[in-house]
Amino acid sequence: MSQHSLRIGNGVGFWGDNLDAPFVLARDGRLDVLTLEYLAELTLAILSHLRSKDPEAGYVGDFPELLERLVPILFDQPDLRVVTNAGGLNPRSCARHCASILESRGQGRTPLAVVTGDDVLEAIPGWMAEGVDLVHMETGEPIDEIAPKLVSANVYLGARSITEALRSGARIVLTGRVADASLTLGPAVARFDWSWEDWDTLAGASAAGHIIECGAQATGGLWHQWDELDDLAGVGYPIAEVRKDGSSVITKSDGTGGLVSKGIVAEQLVYEIDDPTRYQTPDVDVNLTTLSLREVGPNRVEVRETTGRAPSDHLKLAAVYRDGWAASGMLAVVGHAAEAKARAAGRMILERVRRAGFELESSLVECLGAGDVVVGVLPKSDPAYEVVLRVSVHDSRWEAVDRFCREFAPLVTSGPPGIAGYATGRPSPRPAFGYWPTLVPKTLVTSSFDVRAASEWARSS
Amino acid sequence: MADHSIPPSLVRLGDFAHARSGDKGNRANIGVVATDPADYAWLVDELTEARVADYLRPLQVGAVRRYELPKIHALNFVIEAALAGGASRSLRLDTQGKALGVALLELMLPKPDAAREAT
Repeated sequence: MSQHSLRIGNGVGFWGDNLDAPFVLARDGRLDVLTLEYLAELTLAILSHLRSKDPEAGYVGDFPELLERLVPILFDQPDLRVVTNAGGLNPRSCARHCASILESRGQGRTPLAVVTGDDVLEAIPGWMAEGVDLVHMETGEPIDEIAPKLVSANVYLGARSITEALRSGARIVLTGRVADASLTLGPAVARFDWSWEDWDTLAGASAAGHIIECGAQATGGLWHQWDELDDLAGVGYPIAEVRKDGSSVITKSDGTGGLVSKGIVAEQLVYEIDDPTRYQTPDVDVNLTTLSLREVGPNRVEVRETTGRAPSDHLKLAAVYRDGWAASGMLAVVGHAAEAKARAAGRMILERVRRAGFELESSLVECLGAGDVVVGVLPKSDPAYEVVLRVSVHDSRWEAVDRFCREFAPLVTSGPPGIAGYATGRPSPRPAFGYWPTLVPKTLVTSSFDVRAASEWARSS
Repeated sequence: MADHSIPPSLVRLGDFAHARSGDKGNRANIGVVATDPADYAWLVDELTEARVADYLRPLQVGAVRRYELPKIHALNFVIEAALAGGASRSLRLDTQGKALGVALLELMLPKPDAAREAT
């Protein structure tokens, strides 16, 4: 640990990311803080579906599994802290599960914090009655029609409760929805005691958080010179060395694969952003157009001159509503006229569902290998001798989608010749969700934290 | 598209820049970075909102906004209604626009001017 910088490594970029990366990063990264970012836009809706079947579920189960492996590292590195949004919709249940792991390994005194306040599902009807405007951010539609179907509604919280939890001694901080960059900013403020109005400094650390939030995308993943990278299979996950002035160096552990270069960091800076003069977080509006990048050593890129301004007085609220059922199935279609046969087979599936009595509300036939992934944009290659047929449907009726799923197998004997690949099994209907991003006044949201010893969490209910 | 069909006055964007794309709801964004900082001015001149909108037209996208990040030699394109409903609703394989960046790199643009080539 250096006096002058805080080493924050991000070992997970989404739920489903590499299982070993966070373990390797914690073991070899000489970190002060390990962050783990699990929650994509729809993850909380999926968690709500799981919680509807089991009230103790609703958090990211990968994290307690990882914690089992992290226990010896936490013991060896007594100053290492962990900050993660793995709490999902049920951070208290996640804390109890983690606490029982820690206790069973003799680490019952470990201080474990939970950050709450993001889950506002139960407040929505009251807000609507009071006239709070929850129109869709992109389309301007009013929320009334979908409000009864909401399954999750979570505000993006900022860094403050994370900072306070760490100041109260927490070694592990479990949150629900927080802005991705706040996972990095929270520990940085706890270390450097920045004012919450020191906009440029907060913006600098938030830019570092934005760069590392998607894991290996900052260290060589997706890079166009992929064939020149060293050991992408063993790619190291990103580390931000955040300094007292808010500048940082983006790097990775020695001996790991991949690359940290100016081009890679620049490309990640413009990943999933809107107006770069105003990258909005709950903590600060970050101006990414003032910052500069400099290579200061092998796999070391310095990020400086980021500027910031006071954030909006509103928070982003990501609500998700239940929206019927969906399913997708795929089959390989091989031989002469593969594309024509695949398109015919796709139409046949949908026609058989129609004759079974279901007019599907929406459907799509794609011919992968024949230019349909970015349809109509990329030039077509020569006639393919094999393509993948993908047919997808969405409908409010489970029965209609189930019937669709049962029409893949019959094609193997009753469709055009050259259809293969049914052995992977038939698709099944999955719950579909609609996404409703909106804004709420900050004054309506209260974020708080609760820090207790693991042994106490384990006995809580 | 076979090479012989490319007019000699045009170049492939991907030979001069790299790109990354992703989603926010039903919006997509494509970040494009000049591989050689010296080509950034050319990128600003040629990779216009109108050209990108026209190239992506088959996807029935909405308005395209472009932002400039001169200090890192990057352009950011925000594309409305690009994802047929977004991750939650779209039936497409690529619900999140992950392939849009590499697709854009196949765009053909007028060559950087002769003056720069001579240097």
